[in-house]
Amino acid sequence: MIRLTEHPFDAGALLSEFSAGRRETGAIATFTGLARAEQGAAAVLELEAYPGFTEAQIGRIAETARLRFGLHDLAILHRVGRIQPGEPIVFVATAAGHRRAAFEACDFLMDYLKSRAPFWKKEHGPAGARWIEPTAQDHADRARWDHEETAP
Amino acid sequence: MARVLLFGPLRDLAGWRERQVEGGSIAALRAAISAEDPELALALAGPGVQVALDQALVRGDAAVGAASEVAFLPPMSGG
Repeated sequence: MIRLTEHPFDAGALLSEFSAGRRETGAIATFTGLARAEQGAAAVLELEAYPGFTEAQIGRIAETARLRFGLHDLAILHRVGRIQPGEPIVFVATAAGHRRAAFEACDFLMDYLKSRAPFWKKEHGPAGARWIEPTAQDHADRARWDHEETAP
Repeated sequence: MARVLLFGPLRDLAGWRERQVEGGSIAALRAAISAEDPELALALAGPGVQVALDQALVRGDAAVGAASEVAFLPPMSGG
């Protein structure tokens, strides 16, 4: 499942749904990202996507993750529109036979989403609005996966 | 006539998100929307601006059909 939503979501409910009915999956890892208040500097986040294109691009990296880590399944739900501090922005779940693959695939997917996914992010705060680009750390986190060999 | 879409900072700069534009190629569409807006012209020529034709990334120029959708994508922020 790869989906964009304009509405807040319940990560717990998503995990329950994702976990249901599995008999061969031994490990599910999830990540939930929340909007930070940045000590009041960021009142609201605004995320823009290119509907259709954004899901398709995320789908390509999801397929890479599925093959690289031998995943049984994965789910990605990403917010678009205006997001208040404390609200969830992204939910990623990975299902695999064993924990290492599930953990690593979740980490891999988040590093991609934070650095390369087709979103445009604007922070609205007391000092006005500004467009945000990935940090050097975001790029470095993603680059870890370019060479590192990981066992499924 | 193609449907041209702008995203992120490009949309803010131009003050529009979507427009029908005359032009049979990506280069012609880029020239048409640049002609009336020098600031947008500069931004479109900036580093990291990608172009999607009917939701597929293209490099360089390409012919554009009448019902095509052409999107100019500034550097992506990630989620």
